[in-house]
Amino acid sequence: MKQAEATIFDLSAPGRIGMELPVVDVPEVDLTELIPAAMLRQAAPELPEVGEVDIVRHYTRLSTLNHGVDNGFYPLGSCTMKYNPKVNEDTARLPGFAASHPYQPEELTQGSLELMYSLERYLAEITGMDKVTLQPAAGAHGEMTGIMIVKAYHAKQGDQRRHKVIVPDSAHGTNPATAALCGYDIVQVKSNERGGVDIAALREAVDDETAALMLTNPNTLGLFDENIVEIADIVHKAGGLVYYDGANANAIMGITRPGDMGFDVVHLNLHKTFATPHGGGGPGSGPVGVKDFLAPFLPRPTVEQNAAGQFYLDFARPDSIGKVRSFYGNFAVVVKAYTYIRSIGAAGLKAVSENAVLNANYLMAILKEHYYLPYERFCKHEFVITPKNFKGQGVHTLDIAKRLMDFGYHPPTIYFPLIVEEAMMIEPTESESRETLDEFAQALISIAAEIRENPQVVIEAPHTTVVSRLDEAAAARKPNVHWRKSS
Amino acid sequence: MMTPTNLKYTKEHEWVKIDGNKVTIGITDHAQHALGDVVFVELPNVGDTLEEGKPFGVVESVKAVSDVYAPVSGKVITINEALLDTPETVNQAPYEAGWMVEVELSDLTQLNDLIDAAAYEAFLKEEE
Amino acid sequence: MNFIPNSTEQRQAMLERIGVKDMGELFSDVPSNIKLQRTLDIPEGLSEQEVVRHMHELAAKNVNLQEYTSFLGAGAYEHYIPSFVNQLLLRSEFYTAYTPYQPEISQGTLTAIYEFQSMVCELTGMDVANASMYDGATALAEAGLMACDITRRDQVIVSQTIHPEYREVIRTYLYGRDVEVLEIPYANGVTDLTTLAKLISDKTAAVLIQIPNFFGALEDGNKLGELAHAAGALLAVAVNPVSLGLVQPPAAYGADIVAGEGQPFGNPINFGGPFLGFLACKEKYMRRMPGRIVGATHDRNGKPAFVLTLQAREQHIRREKATSNICSNEALCGLAFTMHLSALGKHGIGKLARLNLHKAHYAASQISKLPGFELAFTTPYFNEFVIKTAVEPAKINAKLLEAKILGGLDLGRFFPELTKHILFCVTETKSKADIDRLVATLEAIK
Repeated sequence: MKQAEATIFDLSAPGRIGMELPVVDVPEVDLTELIPAAMLRQAAPELPEVGEVDIVRHYTRLSTLNHGVDNGFYPLGSCTMKYNPKVNEDTARLPGFAASHPYQPEELTQGSLELMYSLERYLAEITGMDKVTLQPAAGAHGEMTGIMIVKAYHAKQGDQRRHKVIVPDSAHGTNPATAALCGYDIVQVKSNERGGVDIAALREAVDDETAALMLTNPNTLGLFDENIVEIADIVHKAGGLVYYDGANANAIMGITRPGDMGFDVVHLNLHKTFATPHGGGGPGSGPVGVKDFLAPFLPRPTVEQNAAGQFYLDFARPDSIGKVRSFYGNFAVVVKAYTYIRSIGAAGLKAVSENAVLNANYLMAILKEHYYLPYERFCKHEFVITPKNFKGQGVHTLDIAKRLMDFGYHPPTIYFPLIVEEAMMIEPTESESRETLDEFAQALISIAAEIRENPQVVIEAPHTTVVSRLDEAAAARKPNVHWRKSS
Repeated sequence: MMTPTNLKYTKEHEWVKIDGNKVTIGITDHAQHALGDVVFVELPNVGDTLEEGKPFGVVESVKAVSDVYAPVSGKVITINEALLDTPETVNQAPYEAGWMVEVELSDLTQLNDLIDAAAYEAFLKEEE
Repeated sequence: MNFIPNSTEQRQAMLERIGVKDMGELFSDVPSNIKLQRTLDIPEGLSEQEVVRHMHELAAKNVNLQEYTSFLGAGAYEHYIPSFVNQLLLRSEFYTAYTPYQPEISQGTLTAIYEFQSMVCELTGMDVANASMYDGATALAEAGLMACDITRRDQVIVSQTIHPEYREVIRTYLYGRDVEVLEIPYANGVTDLTTLAKLISDKTAAVLIQIPNFFGALEDGNKLGELAHAAGALLAVAVNPVSLGLVQPPAAYGADIVAGEGQPFGNPINFGGPFLGFLACKEKYMRRMPGRIVGATHDRNGKPAFVLTLQAREQHIRREKATSNICSNEALCGLAFTMHLSALGKHGIGKLARLNLHKAHYAASQISKLPGFELAFTTPYFNEFVIKTAVEPAKINAKLLEAKILGGLDLGRFFPELTKHILFCVTETKSKADIDRLVATLEAIK
């Protein structure tokens, strides 16, 4: 078992320093001549005093307490934890990209603008949209951008009645949270017995106060909604718009496109579908694509190309929702996604989705013989199973998730979607081999045997990690969220 | 699951203890059980006016948050400040030390809308 | 190169195990009228070698700050980052991990975030910080929303000395919730307190300011705090964390919420992103804070450990009642920030801030000695300052470019009244020789 690691503050020793600064080579003026004494800091902040080797060892040790995609299989549903190609890390760090300033003259950033322009075109083609912005910094940020565009569109039409956004009960939490952030009331519609949107319930919910429907397709059960054209039609006929949450776009590239299904606005997650790393929570990137009639509302600036072939930033967009972030978005993430698309190309994109779906169905075919499968049909890139067949053994999904850690795996997404009790949502992605899938399936099968024969070993898991299960209630009751020097 | 018979209940899982024109309000044993480990309780201020059916407080557990709805309208005369420091009391003693607010009623007839212990238990069965 | 390991034979065997004859059958639930009947119009894939060559060609169409001497700041700052930061960021256990929802196998990320939060608190004097926001602009916008939630008021007052792009982001964010945004003008490079005193009322949720502000000037935090609090409003401040090695922490002048751009520590300029916002507040507002927060706890055996806490505020639990919709943040940028600040430590940050201060003041004094160049404002400033010029900034910057110098920002871009004004930034990355070369080049411009 690994040793826990103290914080960097605990390694501090007075007088130590981790980097030397150059000497002041300009004339020094008395501080108080430059800044009034009342504005000066009185005491140095309690930052750690550590040497370079202390820092390097500390963070190296911390890294070993993490599980990343490079450590092993990471079947986290709706998160698309695929392999992050290493070349992307190199290209994003080229000085022409990494060491360039956003206010450099446009003629001196033509490479970056060209890259953005091209990536926007590729993403528009993949989604069937007309114009794309790369400004949003994450998926939820893209959702906010998209729903703000919806709001600006209705306002421009002089249509002020539309105060409702419809979300299915299987939606990601960000969907209702986004709609609320944009000032909308949320109407939830239930799912039908096949896991899709209940058409009758949708017809009931949609009216002339509907601003938009937010939908993921395939949805969070990993199921493709066959009624999607009709669904979009119902909303459009009532004057509403249809928003595509691209969290699950890894299932459909080159096969079908949100634009062709009837969606008006989409966001994508470059950190899911386009292989940029998740970074322990970020940075991500959440480009938004729209149909032509919504293009005037996109955030400023857009990247354009003039007749002479020069690229430029267009700020003169009077109907724009404004900016959602400073500068032009998470550019280095954009460079990685661009590198990925150029590496795999059109055929590769389709192969990615086909293999993601193949891997998911293969794993589902094995596991449904050992766990309860609530929706018996082909899945897309992910599927949901539960331990309902073990009821009475006192073992919950949380226990199975923790036990998987002992086998060297990151657990699936658990207790989501909310409409399936004790859900385990498994997304293998295309970048896993059959051998990995077989080994993972075998681990879940072994755990199934343990649940029947020795449930305690599952209930008390994990046994091999640096810490065992944590007291979350204690953390939330008396929050300690800030290291303080003990006096 | 306990359901004391000397209290009145709502279908939003609050209990009400009536003492003349004053009532004490808390959440039921069923509610605390469903929430799990309570980590935080937010209460109104003394002097605030509650309106029947509107949320007046929040109970937060590790994995859920729930509004607490006013079973009756009235003015808050006391709040259980101990809960701010030891929210787990709501789990440990929902009907006693885990009470939340004491309210002076503005409309005594609202008490007629509350249900008794037997009706509340029947409602719980129905919900299952 | 598509990073798919399975061979054709393996795929065939897998299809058989599923019980279908081909891949197409797995997509039989996609109606044929919406199936894409052609290949995507995207270039064919390239080998790694070819991709790298192409990327070098694209990058070469940009100039970069290694070849050019830059005096651009304005929200994106060039600082020296120690080599170990980038090497540790490439530990793939950090960068290929997801959000640390499973604490038993995420103690690395969780510990680092706790350290990040602690450093933000130490710098700002606040009690609580979250695990990061997208950037300084969105952090300040969320601070505005948070203040509306806390005070139950729906108006914020924004100083025009805040970065113009931040102001635009604030307007976008607050439009959603129908919050009124009032802007107050500046006088001598800082917020005009007289106008603020007139505009503020019991409708105002917060006064939003930036210190040092967009012009590099240091606002009078004490007076701003007094005015805000007298109206029952909160004071929300955006700060440049480097300045806090020298300038008083916002807690000292009563700030309630502190936002900021963390890019100056550990993060390259990257053409504007990814950056990282930080957000900190007083303890009493902790449960109104958006974003992830890591807290200390212990495991079943009493062993100390870290975990995501107060999660009931967040969208994955509270859905439409969440404090924000934020999910992904900028955790890896926060790790870079934490490592760079660890290297500077308690005393290094003050030294760094003083280096910036002295170099900027040396540059300002030399430039303002030249005919046709003068300091626009007399207020104290940190590492940026505004120079009023006799010649058009475009002409000046064009001349500087010939000498491989990226001049300051032409303020006419954002402020119509500030044509012929340039915002210069001088950090520790500029030597006296760099500054002297800038001054000599400016001197030659007629």
